[in-house]
Amino acid sequence: MSSRDPFVRKPFWRRGPLRDRQLRIGFVFLLAVLIFALAGPSLAPHPYDALVGPPYGAPEGAAWLGYDYLGRDVWSRLLTGGRSILWMSIAASLIALAFGTLIGLFAGFAKGRVDQTVVWGTDVILAFPDLILVLLVVSMLGREPWLIVITVAIAFVPGVIRLARSVTLGIAGQEFVDAARMMGYSRRHILLVEIMPNVLTPLLVHLGVMLTWAIAMLSGLSFLGYGVAPPAADWGLMINENRAGLMIQPWTVLAPVALIAIFALGTNLVAEGAGRYNARIEER
Amino acid sequence: MTLVAIAPGGPTLDVRGLTVTLDNGAPIVSDIDLPIAHGRIVGLVGESGSGKSTIANALSGHARRGTAITGGHVLIDGIDMTALDAQGLRNARGRIVANVAQDPATALNPMMRIGDHLDEVLVLHHADLRAQERRARIEEVAQAVGLPTSHEFLRRFPHQLSGGQQQRVLLALAFVLRPKLIVLDEPTTALDVTTQAQVLTVIRQLCRERGIAALYVSHDLAVVRNLVDDIVVLYSGRIVERGARDPFFEAPAHPYARGLLAAIPDVSERVVLHAIPGQAPTPSDRPAGCVFAPRCSSQTERCIAERPTLERLTSDRWVACHHPSGSRFEVGTNAGLIDDQSSEALPVLTAGNINLYYDERQILFDVGFDLPRAGCTALVGESGSGKTTLARALVGLGEAVSGTVVFDGEPFAVASAIRPKEIRRRIQYVFQNPYRALNPRQTVGDILKAAIRHFFPVDPVEASARAAAALERVALPHAILARRPHDLSGGERQRVAIARALVCEPDLLICDEITSALDVSVQAAILALIATLQADGLTVLFVTHDLAVVRAIADKVIVLRGGRIVEQGPADMVLDRPTHGYTAKLMADSPRLHGDVASVPPLAFA
Repeated sequence: MSSRDPFVRKPFWRRGPLRDRQLRIGFVFLLAVLIFALAGPSLAPHPYDALVGPPYGAPEGAAWLGYDYLGRDVWSRLLTGGRSILWMSIAASLIALAFGTLIGLFAGFAKGRVDQTVVWGTDVILAFPDLILVLLVVSMLGREPWLIVITVAIAFVPGVIRLARSVTLGIAGQEFVDAARMMGYSRRHILLVEIMPNVLTPLLVHLGVMLTWAIAMLSGLSFLGYGVAPPAADWGLMINENRAGLMIQPWTVLAPVALIAIFALGTNLVAEGAGRYNARIEER
Repeated sequence: MTLVAIAPGGPTLDVRGLTVTLDNGAPIVSDIDLPIAHGRIVGLVGESGSGKSTIANALSGHARRGTAITGGHVLIDGIDMTALDAQGLRNARGRIVANVAQDPATALNPMMRIGDHLDEVLVLHHADLRAQERRARIEEVAQAVGLPTSHEFLRRFPHQLSGGQQQRVLLALAFVLRPKLIVLDEPTTALDVTTQAQVLTVIRQLCRERGIAALYVSHDLAVVRNLVDDIVVLYSGRIVERGARDPFFEAPAHPYARGLLAAIPDVSERVVLHAIPGQAPTPSDRPAGCVFAPRCSSQTERCIAERPTLERLTSDRWVACHHPSGSRFEVGTNAGLIDDQSSEALPVLTAGNINLYYDERQILFDVGFDLPRAGCTALVGESGSGKTTLARALVGLGEAVSGTVVFDGEPFAVASAIRPKEIRRRIQYVFQNPYRALNPRQTVGDILKAAIRHFFPVDPVEASARAAAALERVALPHAILARRPHDLSGGERQRVAIARALVCEPDLLICDEITSALDVSVQAAILALIATLQADGLTVLFVTHDLAVVRAIADKVIVLRGGRIVEQGPADMVLDRPTHGYTAKLMADSPRLHGDVASVPPLAFA
């Protein structure tokens, strides 16, 4: 504190949220996986669906991660298979966050009958196991990617609503909200300007957790045959279709697992770091 | 003052050169020398951040996370607490040194019966005692602290007890192992004055009878004056003055101690309050010389260059100052300043028959009063009296309210949440806790400008100008406009909250305990600010539980008890010649800073 010199502007990684070391590490992880997934398809040495070696063939030469259960190049499939799962999990989580936050904020602020109705609604959705809910919708309406994204988002919304609502209840009881109410500020102003910025911290952390869940759920869907269709390359699909060969050719399962793990770790580190940074603003 | 002979083996507590530092090396407290003789009660006084709780913790060999005891010794009955290992500390805590926490509500396990709390301590420290013997010890200590000893009572859970009873349970927990030293960290701040007076009596009697040395940590000089034998004044991590109580209060020698006394209102007479200018430094940027020098009116070059050590001034007085004062301390009174007959004009606000319900429960019963124009009316009551509820109802934050309120000749419905914008503007409210009353996400500029643009059709430039002008009125620099509340001290935040009210150009300012979360020297400055605003024609309704504050600023008093007004009238008349027994009791139980020390009331057995 005492050594702070106001005239020397610190480099960007020493200012703002990036001052947090864990957040910086998480950010690097996240960025690495995203670049891998985005640039991957154009770098793949083989087409993702070409049979170029023996089934469960060991790593050799160009195919340094070996071959999968059909004899396709694992490295090429890995490079190609990130896009779908990443964009779907990110989209589903963000949609759930946006709608859940708005509904939760409103319920927590309005209290009374509106709040009760919303809570009952979330209870109904929560009563279904997430995966069953998604399976139900997908089997009825088809396996379009956007449909999967929306159903996963619907499965996640109740959790966000619950969290946003309970935090809002706490914030709405604070005196600065009373002050705004006493002044006669509009409900919209109170909700969006006074309360919402204070609710975001735990929600950001929750976003990180949701991303991880979304990846798990999308992989599960692929496995059950309701997600990305089999010839396509997809990390989740890869794990599930090569399960049987885990002992013979472990790389075909471990490589996508490692990438998903790094991505999950990165999102969690970033989300928690962002949460800590926000909490510092709210301190005392 | 009772004289207690010093035990032959030296003092019970002997702290020598104690230093506690932050992990970055900055000292929180430095070179603390503090002896306490057998059976003596010492008051440790200081404002927030001075390090009083740090010292209190160090006496049990404890340092908070991120801090460490880096120097000196804490000897209790010859045992060095700083040299003990974890097991040694566990044995010593409770048996040699016991602590009484500030907030009894959180210090007791809500799932554990009162008797079990006491029994647990005995089982842990005296495994050899049989159930019957423990039971006898528990009953004995419960009786000593004024708690019922019945089986039925000891089987109660903490939430079934009043705040005063909970605090007595904590005292019993501290006394049950018969420690040598007991450390009390602001044990009465959460209590009403009447309960406080009772708890203080218990502390005094037990320490006297059992010859237990006590350190009473507090920010409240009036409470300390009515309890202790000796006083220690802490400023910015250092002892600046130490000595026997009566000589200290007659003629404090250190400029900070004198400043502190001059900043505190007294219930017995209307004194002129003087705030201490500036702010206490944080542990990392304390000055090299005297820590108080930057705020001291008698500072010299020597004060800046050379740090004064704690020197013996007289036989019973130590002071760390290059220019200690030798003169008696006199308070200025301004009894003549406030004219009790000033309320001739039409009152700004008249309230009648206000009834308020919360759920099914009635909180306010037929409350009626009026607020004289440009006067300061104090609304007084203990916690739960409904004073804050009433104040909130006046600004439209009430639940189910009925009654009539006439504001500046125009009646309006209190119950309605949709009150005219003009009324909202003209009646402003300042909240008790400045830490929660400002949105942590907004800059001070955002906060002020939102209020200005809500009530006045002005452009952003004009709004900024008005915000800056409001900050000037509350004596804050313009630079604060760009800051967020977490960058500001409690006093600064409260000034910002007042500025937010002022930008609305109100006629009536309702202040809800606005100084109760602040240090006394800051309180003095805020009270002075309120007085200036009042001189400019603002009417003030000041809600408080502190009769000393009432005496300092109010010209009219309304006493509320259980949702009913029990007495109202000119301030000095109500305080000096209360007609209602309740007011008289509040007056009698309020600790006095000047004049005679209240006699010890007989121990009340609940």
